[in-house]
Amino acid sequence: MAQENVDFPIPGKVLSVNVSQGSGVKEGDVICMLESMKMENPILAPCSGTVTKIELSSGQVVEAGALVCIIEY
Amino acid sequence: MLGFFEVGFLHLTWGSIVMLIIGGVLLYLGIAKNMEPLLLVPIGFGVVLVNLPLGGLMETIGGEPAGLISRIFHYGLVWEIIPCFIFLGLGAMTDFGPLIANPKTLILGAGAQFGVYFAFFIALLLGFTIPESASIGIIGGADGPTTIYLTNRLAPHLIGATAVAAYTYMALVPIIQPPVIKLLTTKHEREIYMKPQLRPVSKLEKVLFPAIAAIIIILLVPKSAPLIGMFMFGNLLYVCGVTDRLADTAANAFMNILTILLGLSVGSIMSAENFLKVDSLMVFGLGVVAFATSTAFGVSLAKLMNLVSKEKINPMIGAAGVSAVPMSARVVQKMGQQANPRNFLLMHAMGPNIAGVIGTATAAGIFLGMVG
Repeated sequence: MAQENVDFPIPGKVLSVNVSQGSGVKEGDVICMLESMKMENPILAPCSGTVTKIELSSGQVVEAGALVCIIEY
Repeated sequence: MLGFFEVGFLHLTWGSIVMLIIGGVLLYLGIAKNMEPLLLVPIGFGVVLVNLPLGGLMETIGGEPAGLISRIFHYGLVWEIIPCFIFLGLGAMTDFGPLIANPKTLILGAGAQFGVYFAFFIALLLGFTIPESASIGIIGGADGPTTIYLTNRLAPHLIGATAVAAYTYMALVPIIQPPVIKLLTTKHEREIYMKPQLRPVSKLEKVLFPAIAAIIIILLVPKSAPLIGMFMFGNLLYVCGVTDRLADTAANAFMNILTILLGLSVGSIMSAENFLKVDSLMVFGLGVVAFATSTAFGVSLAKLMNLVSKEKINPMIGAAGVSAVPMSARVVQKMGQQANPRNFLLMHAMGPNIAGVIGTATAAGIFLGMVG
């Protein structure tokens, strides 16, 4: 199985997390919402698969490049 | 009995009733639809207040302002204080980082201003005078304070229409831009991937940028000095690190005060006799032409840049060359994600978007130099 690391493209604050470990996602699904530059930005799944690692909680402040989740497909 | 004749009901005209409805619609859009509420609520309420007969809020006696709002309008807008200070606040909340990291995007911000000149010529052809046409064309930059500043100088009788058109189109960015972008790009172009991170920008670059930009732009286009000067000064307060208190006030408390004064005064020039005219409708029509062509020029220029540059850019970021910050960048970000979920174009679109603010203020300066 191949896996893909999803990173935060910009720094910000996590508003909500829509998936949990083990959830199946389709390409384009919203993984979490990131508040950045006073805007709500959805972080989308780049591919379809299963979320194998996600360690986020809402309210968490993240840097650009930090891990959002790992998707196995 | 005499007092009875002072009751406003008897003085309501059809025109004022239509304007009260327009004021109501603006309030509805702001409050219920959450469309630019910080602007539409003060503007809408201003419209309502000024169209209630005998209130005298916009009264002038012998050419001198005598009503509450006519004084704000006169000393704030006619004296050109409020729009320029709004640029101070805008500067204090703008991060030039994306623009400094990728200066190419400056070209996109300039390119989108072609729409301003396109609409200027169409307005001329339709019989508007040169100063009127300039005030209508600048709507294409989708920048409220700049539009108000220029119209007040060149064609003050159009200020109600151009101001409301500029602010309405700023609010309608997510509706007007996507069809224009889709028309000019293929699915493949919209999918073009750009690495999300830009290069880090040092503090020294950020501090030097506003000072150098102000000097160069004002030497090139001297009439842009009030807007560009305040914009860059506000930015310096924000980035220099030792004036955080001033930057905070400029970006928040001061900006809010100005927004209240500006919104109320813009609303209150929309009286029936000022606004219900064929000219106003034409300003609205031409305004959307200006805005759509600005978007089109931005996208086309980005496509042109792709022909010559090795590293391909997503041509949609050209659409953010209008100065509606951050609405336009946000539209591009959303469309980019729709086309390709790996894409995150926000920071790339912020570059042209901020360049667009500089571009529109400079275009206004050019118009002022030409006809002011």
